[in-house]
Amino acid sequence: MRNRITRLGAVFSFIILSSNLFAQDSALGGSNTLLYALLLIAALLILAAVALIGDSMVTVKSRELGVESGKKKLGLFPSNDELFAPKAEGAAAGKKVFFLKKGFDIKLEGEAGYEVDENLNVNTFAIQPKNFLGMSPIPKVTVEVGQEVKAGDHLFYDKKNPEVKYVAPVSGEVIAVNRAEKRSISEVIILADKKMDFRKLPELDLEKATREELVNYMLDAGVWPHISQRPYDTIADHKIEPKAIFVTTFDSAPLAPDQDIVVAGREDIFQIGLDVLNKLTSGKVHISIDAKDEDPSLAFMNAQGVEVHYFHGQHPAGNVGVHIHHIDPICSGEKVWTLGVQDVITLGALFEEGVYDAERVVVLTGAELENPRYVTTYLGANIGDLVKNDLKHDHVRIISGDVLSGKTKTQEQFLDFYEDQITVVEEGDEYEAFGWLIPSSARPSISPTFLSNLIGTTYKANTNTHGEERAFVVTGQYEQVLPMDIYPQHLMKSILINDFERMEGLGIYELSEEDIAICEFACTSKQPLQKILRRGLEAMREQE
Amino acid sequence: MGLVDFLHKIEPDKKKSPFLHTLFDGFFTFAYAPNTVTKDGVHIRDGMDLKRLMIHVVLAMQLCYLFGSYNIGHQHYSAIGLYESFLSGFHLKLFYGLVKILPIFIVSNVVGLGIEFYYAARKGHAIEEGFLVSGALIPLIMPPDIPMWILAMSVAFAVIIGKEAFGGTGMNILNIALLARVFVFFAYPTYISGDEVWIAGIEKVDASYIASENGWIFGIFDWIFSSFGWETFGAGGQAVVDGYTGATPLSLASKGGWENVLTVYTPSQMWWGAIPGSIGEMPKLFIIFGALFLVMTKIASWRVMVSMCIGAVVTAMLMNVLGTTPFMEVPWYYQFYMGSFFFAMAFMATDPVTAASTQKGKWIYGFLIGMIGMIIRVLNPAYPEGWMLAILFMNVFAPLIDYYVLEANISRRAKRVKSTIGVATENVLTESQSVH
Repeated sequence: MRNRITRLGAVFSFIILSSNLFAQDSALGGSNTLLYALLLIAALLILAAVALIGDSMVTVKSRELGVESGKKKLGLFPSNDELFAPKAEGAAAGKKVFFLKKGFDIKLEGEAGYEVDENLNVNTFAIQPKNFLGMSPIPKVTVEVGQEVKAGDHLFYDKKNPEVKYVAPVSGEVIAVNRAEKRSISEVIILADKKMDFRKLPELDLEKATREELVNYMLDAGVWPHISQRPYDTIADHKIEPKAIFVTTFDSAPLAPDQDIVVAGREDIFQIGLDVLNKLTSGKVHISIDAKDEDPSLAFMNAQGVEVHYFHGQHPAGNVGVHIHHIDPICSGEKVWTLGVQDVITLGALFEEGVYDAERVVVLTGAELENPRYVTTYLGANIGDLVKNDLKHDHVRIISGDVLSGKTKTQEQFLDFYEDQITVVEEGDEYEAFGWLIPSSARPSISPTFLSNLIGTTYKANTNTHGEERAFVVTGQYEQVLPMDIYPQHLMKSILINDFERMEGLGIYELSEEDIAICEFACTSKQPLQKILRRGLEAMREQE
Repeated sequence: MGLVDFLHKIEPDKKKSPFLHTLFDGFFTFAYAPNTVTKDGVHIRDGMDLKRLMIHVVLAMQLCYLFGSYNIGHQHYSAIGLYESFLSGFHLKLFYGLVKILPIFIVSNVVGLGIEFYYAARKGHAIEEGFLVSGALIPLIMPPDIPMWILAMSVAFAVIIGKEAFGGTGMNILNIALLARVFVFFAYPTYISGDEVWIAGIEKVDASYIASENGWIFGIFDWIFSSFGWETFGAGGQAVVDGYTGATPLSLASKGGWENVLTVYTPSQMWWGAIPGSIGEMPKLFIIFGALFLVMTKIASWRVMVSMCIGAVVTAMLMNVLGTTPFMEVPWYYQFYMGSFFFAMAFMATDPVTAASTQKGKWIYGFLIGMIGMIIRVLNPAYPEGWMLAILFMNVFAPLIDYYVLEANISRRAKRVKSTIGVATENVLTESQSVH
């Protein structure tokens, strides 16, 4: 950069020096000052044009020859990007950052402190077949009620896809296999032992194993369901090889856990997990880091064998769907796999320790909790055990996940397979006199008609819909919060009329419910966008 | 909560009397935000809903209502040569205007909302808020002396044919308020065009104008005013001032260009809006305030407003350059002093339902309205003002604009597929070659 400024300075000083000659001439002319001045300006313009054209020819040629790349540029003038693109600060300084201008952070009360509580006692854990999209509703359960299992023992498998085993997250006694409507299995519950007992797996040398051996080993070990596949957000298909694998190391959803805390102390295992992923695809493994984070974990920044990307923006900037869209978008027929940080850790632990380690750092958040905090437990923990003695009152909604795309749970139910967060918010089933015009309490909104929005406070939100469902009226609202080159409203309309060609054209493959959730939050017409999108995705999946 | 319980007790049964139930529901949800909670999907929702959105648009035009009402009276009294300075005879002008505007407001809302309620009951869904804004806009774009039956017919036409036939709020193709106006414009043109109609209470008798008789309602006000010792309306029927034509700036301009306009009006008078015209279209500054309010609250699209301005300015400049008729020679910036450009820009073109729905489309949509509206205004001898027709015309074309914007998005995506497939087949080729 400095080098180029010198060069630029030289050119301009030449021009200015030569212009002195003309100035003296014009002094002689006297009455013709204006003419000379105009001539001078014309001459300057011509010179500038020549310089510009020459410069861009050099640039074009250098690009053709491949001399210019990345930081090394031959042109004299700085490009638009260099002048006007925002500069990243903190850890991402000097690196290429994806700046996302669109998005919206919902600031809620009830953020967890940074301490991790390791003494919380959870008694029961469950694996819920309904968490796995695309699975048949009645999987084959291979354990009986009353049977003792070790962590990593097979619990059930899908009859359509018998190679993928779903395993116990903890050791203990199977105390119930609950069924829901039409005899579908809703959960397999295990009463955990005080001391964890793991199923010992045979050693596998990651360096020497072929991809097929590796896949079979992972299927048997029970880590396969941790890999999700896009489009459709189903479990990864072990018979294919994905185009790329994406891991997001930050979650921008409201009150979401800080993955730096999650990975702390397990950095090496995370790296091993990434190495495993590298063996699963001949394409690239991408991890994305929050450019707003002052001090991201070194496990992320110095990750080996992967492409590291930085993203800067408001929610959904941390969603893997947004990253895929910007890094290497999914086209028709392509498949990519995605994992969360803790899933990568489970994968790494399998190869480091030879066991299925489903330990989870879970964040308990929300304004209705006495003590929002991080806790360590295992996958599929009982919700009641997690929040016991911690609820401020009973008139609350407990959500497995965040407030945008999590699922409502009762205290008897369990944390979902892919979730590492519990949010508790107040139920808002109350009438509010002229609530639409003069709200009685501050509420989050993307609309500047709420003055509290300008101050930037945190909100104690409740589950009231704040209005009734209406037809699509407002336009441009979804685009305002979705940092993707997608027209969500038109996509929704094409789903509603079952126009498959248009759904594909408008990019349905690139979306999942969590990506569109912020649009659903912002929707003035209170439309159920996630539900509509899932309908479209299921319709597309049936076509395949 | 006591009141809520009482209201629930008197709630009419949905099956027995659907119309009453819909009516009750409409007013109840107006008074109380419902207690519904989210399920399947997001757990918290934005505080914004359609009611709040619509009421902010109505708020944005309140200054127009205030000024419009007063200006009806001011124009009336100016025509008969009384109280010529703007603020003199304040109470007379204000109440004269209110007597004119309130029936228009009530009739358009009763007819429009009545139809809306009826259809909501028939279809069995809640009353949607669409007519809140249309009902507030229609009085502002009508001439002050519009007969009530024509107004009622136009509103009924706009709501039934323009909206309910298409499926209700959010489904209409044409702007409802403008559809009501264009109905009057083509079905009863003598009531909404020409020089006579823009000033309230002036009649044409044997080729000369006189003020019409003041009705019984003015008698009541006179009784009140006289008890305070104020000036009264009187019986009416005065002769208008000499040389009165009632012509609007636009009709003057189309006859003789800007000089002709200046013989009757001053630029500042036109800017502040003390001129004859539709009820709410004149006060340029107040409309700009409303527009800024809508932009700052992100309720109306600034893209449409800005591009419409650009379209109108560019077209007006081009006309200045060509300059074949006196109207074309009106300096481009003075074009904005006349007519209803700002009102159309702030409240009509920005209607989200009928405008283009893509962000890029909005730029094209607004620009073309600005261009076409200016062309109709200046070049078409039949229509004095162009924005109504230009907006309705572009309402029809908005889906086409969106279609092409979306096609561009689709083909961008398709190209991406092609390029990756190209690379893949290349790889396959090199592999198969290496096998040989």
